[in-house]
Amino acid sequence: MTLTAALVRERVRGTILERIGDTPLVPLRRIGSGLRGELWAKVESTNPGGSVKDRAGLWMVIAAEEQGRLRQGAVLLDATSGNTGVALAMVCAVRGHRARLVMPDKVSLERKRIIRAFGAEVVLTDPLEGTDGAIREARRLAASGDHVYVDQYSNPANPLAHELTTGPEIWSQTQARVTHFVAGVGTSGTIVGVSAALRPRGVRIVAVQPDDALHGIEGWKHMPTALRPAIWDERVADQHRVMATDEAIAMTKRLAREEGLFSGVSGGAAVAAAVAIAKEQPGPIVVLIADGGERYLSTPLWE
Amino acid sequence: MAVTVRLPGALREATGGKTKLQASAGTLAEVISDIDRRHPGFRSRVLDESGAIRTYVNVYIGDDDARAHGGAGAAVPDGSEIMVIPAMAGGSG
Repeated sequence: MTLTAALVRERVRGTILERIGDTPLVPLRRIGSGLRGELWAKVESTNPGGSVKDRAGLWMVIAAEEQGRLRQGAVLLDATSGNTGVALAMVCAVRGHRARLVMPDKVSLERKRIIRAFGAEVVLTDPLEGTDGAIREARRLAASGDHVYVDQYSNPANPLAHELTTGPEIWSQTQARVTHFVAGVGTSGTIVGVSAALRPRGVRIVAVQPDDALHGIEGWKHMPTALRPAIWDERVADQHRVMATDEAIAMTKRLAREEGLFSGVSGGAAVAAAVAIAKEQPGPIVVLIADGGERYLSTPLWE
Repeated sequence: MAVTVRLPGALREATGGKTKLQASAGTLAEVISDIDRRHPGFRSRVLDESGAIRTYVNVYIGDDDARAHGGAGAAVPDGSEIMVIPAMAGGSG
């Protein structure tokens, strides 16, 4: 079975899930002012679940259904630090599946409440082990055999969603002018998938990671100290950059105040990396903003 | 007398493979400085240049968020357990 964008669209016709994707591409006029390159932001917070993870969540659920793994009454399982959990919980609510989502204790109150609001069950793990601890617990639960473990870190439907939706959207929205695509690496689904779509068309792919193991860039992985996602392949990117959390936070605040974009810190991190590229390259440079700031209001960032 | 400091798995490399350390009681800043003497660079990962807890790091003394008890100046009594958690996996709840 091969998933296509047409098949996924057909399966969710007439539901809120139809609104996943086709997100806006907006110019960063003030932050981009004085730079050599044009800067454009792909704003993924406009997805119905509030983040880029809606795409992977939807495609992983439809893939599991089409493969016959996810039948009525089955319990979907995954490890997540938040946004994928929200996406999977929302998709499962619409599709009539039960969902059990494993995440580190002390994840923000908003995410736990949103996930529970969609009717999913939250399993909390040792906060000191972060998302890697949640992955280990999900693997342990999956071994019990009572779950359909979608495993966003190794599921090919995750990058495929971006290869067949995010990448083509960017190509079309820039009228085939885009020269660089910039995004962070978490599961790596976005960067791997968009690279598959746009690199053959000459677009240069820039992957960004946190600069330290102890960082505050939600959803991103510091690969040298993290469990490596099976779908990750460094070779999909033409350039690898690292970003400090302080710089990411400063840019997140600028996005809100200068562009009216209330973003999560990962959006600020990606834009800060894109600005560095736009100092040298004419662009257009497209940077992905993965989610909105509302989900982090209870964290110290906005106090 | 000592307190126990539990660290995220991701910081193992910075603390010689340990995620549980002992330190002398005092204020939170003093506890962190004590660890920094043995594992240089630890303090700057948890506290910023002004000595405040970094916005993207959460520190719990027992079950209490250190920010609500004076931040880096919070008292850490003998026998306490401290947890240092990246705020990427942590908000207020």
